[in-house]
Amino acid sequence: MLNALGRDIPSHLKPFVNSDDYKNHKRRLISKKIKQSKTVFLSSYKEAFDMFNIKDNQTLSFHHHLRNGDLVIREVCKLIKEKNIKGLHFAPSSIFPSYTEMIDLIMNENITNIHTNYLNGGVAKVISQGHLVGQLIMNTHGGRARVIESGDLGIDVAFIACPSVDKFGNGSGAIGKNACGSLGYAIPDLEYAKKVVLVTDHLVEELKEYQLSSEYVDAVLVVDSIGDAKGIVSGTTEITKDPIGLKIAKDCSILLDKLGLIKEGFSMQTGAGKTSLAVVSYVEKIMKERNIVGRFASGGITKAYVDMLEGGLFKKLYDVQCFDLDAVKSFNKNTNHLPMSSSEYGNPFEKDIIANDLDFVVLGATEIDLDFNVNVTTDILGNLIGGSGGHSDIAHGADVTIVISPLIKSRIPIIKENVTAITTPGQDVDIFITERGIAINPMRKDLIHKLKDSNINIFTMEELLNKTHSITGIPAKIKKDDRIIGHIEYRDGTVIDVLRKVHDDYIR
Amino acid sequence: MFRSLLFIPGNNPSMLQNADIFMSDGIIFDLEDAVNINEKDNARNLVETYFFTTKDLPKNIILRINPVNSLFIEDDLKLLLSRKIDYILLPKANMLSMYVIDKMLSSLEEKNNLKVTKLICLIEEAKGIAEVDEIAKHPRVEALLLGAEDLTNELEIERTTVGNELLYARSKVVYAAAANQILAIDTPFTDITDQEGLEYDCSNAKSLGMKAKTAIHPSQLETINQIFSPTKKMIHWAQGVIQTYEKVGKGVFQYQGKMVDKPVIEKAKKLIEKAKIFDLL
Repeated sequence: MLNALGRDIPSHLKPFVNSDDYKNHKRRLISKKIKQSKTVFLSSYKEAFDMFNIKDNQTLSFHHHLRNGDLVIREVCKLIKEKNIKGLHFAPSSIFPSYTEMIDLIMNENITNIHTNYLNGGVAKVISQGHLVGQLIMNTHGGRARVIESGDLGIDVAFIACPSVDKFGNGSGAIGKNACGSLGYAIPDLEYAKKVVLVTDHLVEELKEYQLSSEYVDAVLVVDSIGDAKGIVSGTTEITKDPIGLKIAKDCSILLDKLGLIKEGFSMQTGAGKTSLAVVSYVEKIMKERNIVGRFASGGITKAYVDMLEGGLFKKLYDVQCFDLDAVKSFNKNTNHLPMSSSEYGNPFEKDIIANDLDFVVLGATEIDLDFNVNVTTDILGNLIGGSGGHSDIAHGADVTIVISPLIKSRIPIIKENVTAITTPGQDVDIFITERGIAINPMRKDLIHKLKDSNINIFTMEELLNKTHSITGIPAKIKKDDRIIGHIEYRDGTVIDVLRKVHDDYIR
Repeated sequence: MFRSLLFIPGNNPSMLQNADIFMSDGIIFDLEDAVNINEKDNARNLVETYFFTTKDLPKNIILRINPVNSLFIEDDLKLLLSRKIDYILLPKANMLSMYVIDKMLSSLEEKNNLKVTKLICLIEEAKGIAEVDEIAKHPRVEALLLGAEDLTNELEIERTTVGNELLYARSKVVYAAAANQILAIDTPFTDITDQEGLEYDCSNAKSLGMKAKTAIHPSQLETINQIFSPTKKMIHWAQGVIQTYEKVGKGVFQYQGKMVDKPVIEKAKKLIEKAKIFDLL
């Protein structure tokens, strides 16, 4: 069965219709959990396993706020291996390279199915090569909140790493030796999992402010260490020095300016990559020159945004996760640096989500096709290298969605006639900016009209593709394997694309 | 006419591939100092292949060749047969190297029916400074480019951000260029991380009469272009002068309370011409 984007979807799955189709459906909510007894305090993972009788075929969830520094998911994996529990369904909000213990569990069929929003590293590799016996389901951040609250992803036990917990069982990410800031992705797990364990290495008498309420917490597990908060640093706090990246960022800021988007009271979100940081820096310069104050910036928050908040350039930051330690510090001390849950961020069925209040967003792409469909999930061979995260959520919500990328990365063209996997539908992508010009989605006639007298190099996507091919030549076709290893679930729960095992010819 | 020229090492494929996208008024494809001796042939081959296979070439192509007394000069000059090169950048220019390059170019042009090759002379030795007035007179020469790194090495002095040590050399180049109605181009600012230093260096060079500046990294181009472009205010003034001149129809008149005569009108015309070339109008 073909979905609306022409992707062949197995008949037992719901095909993607369009990004507004959720408006034709009612929100489905299971009841929030009601705690049966007082929060108990535990001192070992084994006690938690025993207390909740963790056994074959259950679903365990985790958040990824500690990112590469997370020890909780790794310790749980070790115990699963020791107990040889089989057929587990894992639902971490993201999977990072340090989660190496998961690899053995996948190979030994301890973990057989996975829901996640983003993955890379060794776990991504073994799944790409077809070693997960069941299916990998990729959600968006907002979509994960929806799939949990609807009961479609039932969680038996949520292990929530929590940098500080008080004696009542309330939890916060703001303080503690492994403070990581906002715990926005853990909120759906907290409210809807059958059993909730906060895992902490910092027990305090009483938290004055907390993001995780004890009313949902069954147990607090106190351990020596939940990880290393230094591992949360997303990769970079430096602006790109790459001349191509700088040109793209500069052109992006010129375009934002020509469209009149940098204005008093505006709102924005960008990624945390080096080129995105350059965009933020150019926007900051324009704001300072013209004394513009924005209403808010949101997303994964970086030092760049913290500096702008502290400099009075934004009134508020809405933070679902901190991308660096400066953001963590700001989250703890600045009352205008506010937490948001993943549902408040991007759940299509939540009221007044932040994603829908964004004036513009600047996003990346691994591939983009002639219909502006974007892939941020796989590389061209089909290897899993990421996932939507909030990409599809904010692409849909923002008034103007801009995707930036060089036309060629490592000699590989970014524009394709058809992307390897669709993560975000083209109807939600308005502008594609490259070093050799921009393309505007023909559906956005308003943007085309606004820019018609500008001296910005505007091309059709086909023209940009031809420019690319004139440099690289036409790439050879990539072989596809027949075996479906999972699918990409759009934020509303429909299937936007399937994921296939990487062809044997490309497995190294 | 340029404001900015960007150096790109001839042996850097990714920079070559993207040479046309930067906001430089011209690209200097470097076969000399940026290329190690065992990379010379590769760099030359790469640049030649780039010329023949690239659809969108930069608007002004300058080839920085190796010195006339090097082993590479003949092969470097053969790239002129591509007919894609607008200027040759002659390193270590002095009257002797001018004599040699002129002979070589004349012979190559005659044999291959090439148009006359224009030169940008790199004044980077004390000898070059001493002979710059004569160099600037040569009919092939369209611009003088000051090369401060080699020059300060030769003089055994340190380059500073303030740049007092270059005052004489800059002024010599500027006056030689102006006297022969050719372009004076300033030496690159070598610290690509020092934005403030770059701004100062550009403004200083401009105040001494330099009309353009070279860049060693694309990130320097925005600042260079901005400082060496006529400002909006200047363009507006020039437009007003020309409009008034056309209206009153005489050579001397008042504009905004100041006397305007032939040199001022010429200055205004030059400014408008520059603004048009640099897409500022």
